[in-house]
Amino acid sequence: MTIRRARGILPGFGLSLGTTLLYLTILVLVPLAGVALRGATSQWEEIWQASTSARTLASFRLSFTASLAAGAANAAAGLLIAWVLVRYRFAGRSALDALVDVPFALPTAVAGLALTAVYSADGWLGRWLAPLGIKVAYTPVGVWLAMTFVGLPFVVRTVQPVLAEIDAHLEEAAAVLGAGRLQSFLRVILPTIVPALLTGFTLAVARALGEYGSIVFISGNLPMRTEIAPLLIVARLEQYDYAGATALALVLLLTSFALLLAINLFQRWSVRRLGPSPG
Amino acid sequence: MRWHGGHRWVVLAAALCAAAGCRRGDPPGGRNQLLNVSYDPTRELYADFNAAFSRHREAAGAPKVEVRQSHGGSGKQARAVLDGLEADVVTLALAHDVDVLARAGLLQAGWQDSLPHRSAPYTSAIVFVVRKGNPKRIRGWEDLVRKGVAVVAPNPKTSGGARWGYLAAWGAALRRSGGDERKARGYVAALYANVPVLDTGARGASTTFAERGVGDVLLAWENEAFLLADEIGKDRFDIVVPKVSILAEPPVAVVDRYADKHGTRAIAREYLEYLYSEEGQEIAARHHYRPRSEKAAARHPGGFPRLELFTVDEVFGGWEKAQRTHFADGAIFDQISVPQARR
Repeated sequence: MTIRRARGILPGFGLSLGTTLLYLTILVLVPLAGVALRGATSQWEEIWQASTSARTLASFRLSFTASLAAGAANAAAGLLIAWVLVRYRFAGRSALDALVDVPFALPTAVAGLALTAVYSADGWLGRWLAPLGIKVAYTPVGVWLAMTFVGLPFVVRTVQPVLAEIDAHLEEAAAVLGAGRLQSFLRVILPTIVPALLTGFTLAVARALGEYGSIVFISGNLPMRTEIAPLLIVARLEQYDYAGATALALVLLLTSFALLLAINLFQRWSVRRLGPSPG
Repeated sequence: MRWHGGHRWVVLAAALCAAAGCRRGDPPGGRNQLLNVSYDPTRELYADFNAAFSRHREAAGAPKVEVRQSHGGSGKQARAVLDGLEADVVTLALAHDVDVLARAGLLQAGWQDSLPHRSAPYTSAIVFVVRKGNPKRIRGWEDLVRKGVAVVAPNPKTSGGARWGYLAAWGAALRRSGGDERKARGYVAALYANVPVLDTGARGASTTFAERGVGDVLLAWENEAFLLADEIGKDRFDIVVPKVSILAEPPVAVVDRYADKHGTRAIAREYLEYLYSEEGQEIAARHHYRPRSEKAAARHPGGFPRLELFTVDEVFGGWEKAQRTHFADGAIFDQISVPQARR
């Protein structure tokens, strides 16, 4: 029996798949293979040593905890922002909507400089925080702040369309059936948006892990304290140590891949657990 | 969904690959064109010098030469040339970066002896910039390790200029202790323990000190210090010149392989030799680089305070060795910077 392909509205399955593969190969696979090849020239022992020194471990710890914290902050704030943008109509809503995308468009070095200027001890905000004993610039808090800044749009943009799709009748039905406000949020709305929320969270975490440009300005780059993993990679490149740099990059790549995989598995599990979206 | 999770990493990988040199430099135009690959703070210097060089050629009736410039961190620039950016000449921050190119066969091993003064037509020194009136009374190197003094310096692991600063501190301590390596190490460790922010480049450190108001002292190139005073205001900073410092010698060289390929060797050499001419020296002096010519220096009284200067070759046995003992992975800078953070 031959398998009949459903006639799609767009012609040329072969052409479109070919283009997709070519595009991904040139843009993604070849550069990635380059990293792997360069990394492969170093000894496993070297890679192990480079990635388990106290300093590298400290930078990994900072990079991962700060990105997870930044992702979490963005998940909470992003959900709220998406809610406000979808559910309410008010003057300046579209301006606010556009503002969300600014972190995507701004060169990260500019973002880093701006954040540092505002949050350093004599900056606009920093000078009010300093008497309270809160230091932001040149501390891990600053690293977290820069990561939160660059990851802001992800959660908003993934949750927004899903939230807009939810039928108002569902909430009405829940209310009629006697659900309180909290209950209908937790039992009716949240299950629908959790997958999108997790996707946004994952994207924000991944973005934060790879961020370099803005963080080096605000972190202070002190070894063991505010040094992020990508900085160690750049430091190795600066010494013409390509092998060491790619080795570290590989370790970072694999670790984050494992992390992202875990989040994805959790997401699938949560979808199964919470069941398909009602309706 | 799964694609989303990975795609950021691919971008990082692509960026890394670009930095590591999967990029190829653009091909040169005609043979009356030179590409000068230089480091960051020389932007203004070479803009002036290139104009003067083409005036000089014109006056001599020689065909016009267009000099294109590329600026960036010294190490990054050397890597770009290493990976195929076809520079006719390089004018970098430290000899080590040119040595790396020589080792790759882009220029001959004895490159440093092919021009006068070990191929460094102008020099600089490491000096201190302090807040107006010098409230912490910083006079010399020993004041930098006092309790409560915050020093802003760039990261020697990522910045060529920062390596000069580190070696200046080490050499000065060595002088004071009569050559005691252990004391020098202790001094440098104490100095970097006083550094609250390690910027990735020299310009970044200047910004942190001048614009963010961080720190009491900035360790800077002399030309960068004067630029800071000129640009941001003499009423906010003072320059303190220590008794002893390092003679920073930014080298220049013709990149043999590419100059030969482009047929520009003669012009490239003439271009670099013109840096040693009276006019070239005068332009360097105007941009606060110490000229080799005493005549040019004499025209800028007060511009170049007298101080005792030692070279990397004298104290550290050359860049190769300095790099290995101090800045390589797990070398002295790494050793002293790890326990510091545990405080």
